[in-house]
Amino acid sequence: MIRVQNITKRFGDYAALHGIDLEIQDGEFIALLGPSGSGKTTLLRIIAGLEFQDSGEVFFNGEDVSQRKVADRQVGFVFQQYALFRHMTVAENVAFGLSVKSRRERPSKAEIRARADELLRLVQLEGLGKRYPGQLSGGQRQRVALARALAIEPKLLLLDEPFGALDAKVRKDLRRWLRDLHKQMGLTSIFVTHDQEEALELADRVVVMDHGRIEQIGRPEEIYMDPATPFVSHFVGETNRLAGPSGGEIHFRPHDVELVAEGGQAVLVDNVFRKGGFWRVEGVAGDALVEIDVDAALPAPAVGETLRFAPTRQRQF
Amino acid sequence: MTMRATTEGFATRLVLITVAMLFLGFFLLLPLVAVFSEALKQGIGGFIEHVDTPDAWAAIRLTLLIAAISVPLNIVFGIAASWAITKFSFPGKSLLITLIDLPFSVSPVVSGLIFVLLFGANGLFGAWLAEHDLKIIFAVPGIVLATVFITFPFVARELIPLMMEQGKDDEEAALSLGASGWQTFWHVTLPNIRWGLLYGVLLCNARAMGEFGAVSVVSGHIRGETNTMPLHVEILYNEYDFVGAFAVASLLACLALVTLVAKSVLEWRFDLHGGAKH
Repeated sequence: MIRVQNITKRFGDYAALHGIDLEIQDGEFIALLGPSGSGKTTLLRIIAGLEFQDSGEVFFNGEDVSQRKVADRQVGFVFQQYALFRHMTVAENVAFGLSVKSRRERPSKAEIRARADELLRLVQLEGLGKRYPGQLSGGQRQRVALARALAIEPKLLLLDEPFGALDAKVRKDLRRWLRDLHKQMGLTSIFVTHDQEEALELADRVVVMDHGRIEQIGRPEEIYMDPATPFVSHFVGETNRLAGPSGGEIHFRPHDVELVAEGGQAVLVDNVFRKGGFWRVEGVAGDALVEIDVDAALPAPAVGETLRFAPTRQRQF
Repeated sequence: MTMRATTEGFATRLVLITVAMLFLGFFLLLPLVAVFSEALKQGIGGFIEHVDTPDAWAAIRLTLLIAAISVPLNIVFGIAASWAITKFSFPGKSLLITLIDLPFSVSPVVSGLIFVLLFGANGLFGAWLAEHDLKIIFAVPGIVLATVFITFPFVARELIPLMMEQGKDDEEAALSLGASGWQTFWHVTLPNIRWGLLYGVLLCNARAMGEFGAVSVVSGHIRGETNTMPLHVEILYNEYDFVGAFAVASLLACLALVTLVAKSVLEWRFDLHGGAKH
């Protein structure tokens, strides 16, 4: 179990984290989701021991590791740009964590080689051990970085924007593959992302952060259906915002509306396009821009037409 | 003629190229040819005869000794400074970056005088040094100090942009895999910067062997003792021993040529590596 307790961190005048509390159970797959500057990467690096908090503690299985350096925490860390050692072969990269062990703990050369081969097989890069990182594709490099991090048999795997530098197709394949690997190896994993779709698809629980604070922690379903704050509602998924009748704001998803004959909210249609099984209607309601989805079985609304709709599910903030 | 993005006509290009070539020929090639032709005026035999004197050998030995001391010192300093500047943030960092350039912006004669003011007989530490019978100015230690001062920007200036660009991800990755600081430096940082480092060392060495101004101030020009090759050239020239002066000068010119070739080779390797960076 990982426990983060009241962590604060400043960089000069800039407060990166304000009193973060977080508990992660063994075997969980956690996403730290937030916009840039939300403190998510700083939190990940503090858990890893690559950065140190100004106050607060980090516990691994009840043991205070707050002052321990990254080398002594036995965590696997995967960097956004992979940080592969370019002058070493893929196999040497993967074996690095084993070959720098003190002579007493270091496995024999043959054992290290066998272990590297085994890891390359695990990440489906068998036979590429003699290549250099520069000769691999982005997705392959990412998997080498993962194999290298797994070589030290970490209990905790930390990934900083693991799919950030990949194109959409590779990203999708790699996502699914990573989730399988996480389950198969019984790891506890935390990954940082600014992509809400990635977080909702992959994680057991999502930690939504903004401005150095945790806005909400919950299962993807909870985060999406029951956002705790206006920020979460707006940041995760698509959200329309209208002024509430008694002040405040009403938030609703584009798909949580139905067309009504009278009453409801009038919207002047600006633009219509197909989005899967719906017509996505962009329009103006009062002084706000709204997007609503209309069943594509119905004829497409015309531009300039006025529709009336009522949210079927909404939240008042 | 095919269309080009740059629209200069044929005549413009011809003029520019001619000007550049003439300039290079007049200011670089001609003097180089002159040095060798003067040096070989009395043939190979005359050349050897003039170089093969005790004083010339002493100057060569001293020059090699100075380079052998100051280059390693500046490798250590250069790596330490670039490491500190690129991998940590600390107060006074921008001051350090500015100070590294100081030897480039100060006249070498002034650099030499600084050491005379510090360690000379009437200098700040002069009395203390005399008391302890230590000689710095007009002796080898002074020459080393002046040379180290003059040449210290070379390695650091090569490494700082390189290490800045590479960031610290690689080092952090190594540390996260359990490597010690020393293992990280040896297995990760050093291989990453090796070409840039070699390049800096080359430039540093060329300057260490060729420096005149600062060394001239602190050396005292004692023949066979504190004369480096550039100083020896000046003495021979002032004594109207033109063949001797040019013979020794031609050795320095050879060093420059070797440096140039090595530099080109390194640049080529460097690019090759830079191109396949990720």
